Amino acid sequence: MATTATGSRNGHDARAPAPAPPPAEDPGRPTSGGSSLLGRVLRELAEQTQRRIPRADLDERDPDYIRERLPQLWLAASIWYRGEVRGLGNIPDTGPVLLVGNHSGGNMTPDTLVFTLAFSSYFGVERAFYQLAHNLVLSMPWLGFLRKFGTVAASPANARKALDSGAALLVYPGGDYEVHRPSWQGSRVDFGGRKGFIRLAIEQNVPIVPVVSIGGQETAFFLTRGERLARLLALDRVFRLKVLPISLALPWGVNVGDMLGHIPLPAKITIETLPPIDLREEFGPDPDPSEVYDHLTRIMQDTLDALASERRMPLLG
Amino acid sequence: MRIAGSMQVAAPIELVWSIVSDPERALDFMHGVTRWETAGDQPSGQGARYRMLMRVGSAEVGGLVEVVEWAPPCEFAWTSVTGVDQRGRWRLRQAGRGRTRVEFRLAYGVAGSGIWGWVAERVAAPTVKDHVHRSLEQLRRLVEQEQRRERAATRAGAAPAASSR
Repeated sequence: MATTATGSRNGHDARAPAPAPPPAEDPGRPTSGGSSLLGRVLRELAEQTQRRIPRADLDERDPDYIRERLPQLWLAASIWYRGEVRGLGNIPDTGPVLLVGNHSGGNMTPDTLVFTLAFSSYFGVERAFYQLAHNLVLSMPWLGFLRKFGTVAASPANARKALDSGAALLVYPGGDYEVHRPSWQGSRVDFGGRKGFIRLAIEQNVPIVPVVSIGGQETAFFLTRGERLARLLALDRVFRLKVLPISLALPWGVNVGDMLGHIPLPAKITIETLPPIDLREEFGPDPDPSEVYDHLTRIMQDTLDALASERRMPLLG
Repeated sequence: MRIAGSMQVAAPIELVWSIVSDPERALDFMHGVTRWETAGDQPSGQGARYRMLMRVGSAEVGGLVEVVEWAPPCEFAWTSVTGVDQRGRWRLRQAGRGRTRVEFRLAYGVAGSGIWGWVAERVAAPTVKDHVHRSLEQLRRLVEQEQRRERAATRAGAAPAASSR
């Protein structure tokens, strides 16, 4: 299941829904080489891609569908990943909440699978729960089922809509940048400086609940994000992909792009949910996003370090 | 999938009932259960609702349950309102003088989940069976402990009476 959350519909900071005014130049559209053949091809490709992205509709979430899929999720999470989710009681029982996670495992993100199962069985499928995902993920025809799970394209508008409805919203600020980090950086929280989600929490006045996971980066051997390669191939302009990851993964061997996914190795996934952070209570009436960012990433990194110190063996946990 | 377990305990049925029917004590003996909270104003009896969760594999499963049968001191049954489909029942019967036969049943599943639901039910069965049997054992220990406490209280009450004569 690929639920990385990067670029937004208007091309702003990925899962970083920010109320800031739009930039003069939309980075989601090709702007250079306007008259050249390459420029025209890129522009056409970008437009085609944008057209394929389904409109976000929170109503597509289907509690009955999720309930009927719980056994599948449970089997995968319990047998394949031996998932362990701690501290779900830290999530407020009712009301909107922004769940902020670190992201791992390439396009087959096991942390999302394990957490979705845990959340849905703990609070019941009746509690509205949405996840922001990369536009490209939702444009894949074979991943259409994700919308029934409550996955919507990452954009400020969708995030606000979900929180306004009183739902719990899961965001991965690190998105495709973090999810494809090299395996030897598996115990590192890396949001790439993206702070839009903090501005969203301030604007919507909702608590942030950090969700820290470990194990995902052991499901394949991730070698590089391939940022330069992505720029060279103009993927950032056409598909809003900042990376073209290269990994060693089943069944491909060398896996470039991870567009078709891979068979994840059965690494143990451990997730810890931390106590909620009321931004105005802890940072004053006008919280500074940078200060919140530093605090949040620090406590998440501390938790990740503690989880890493519990692991004795790669894969086995 | 239906899991059941039973035992006999050397205690009067009223004492066993007082424990299994008390929502405040559910976590003391129901093994694997991580939450059993009263939902609403009615603490017990038919129609009382509880939010319950049981750890099975990677998830805490359960949901809102409602008491559908309440016949002191013999039957206490609930069924799910939300969450996975489940039914539970404590069934108590007198088994001779001062003895009680206790049966604990749990049935669970997810309607409409097809073959994967069938597989998951069976994979989860050993864990649920373990929870059921350990719950019975913990209930037995709790009942015996309660009996010892009652006897001690009785002896303590009798001693001052004897010494005052």
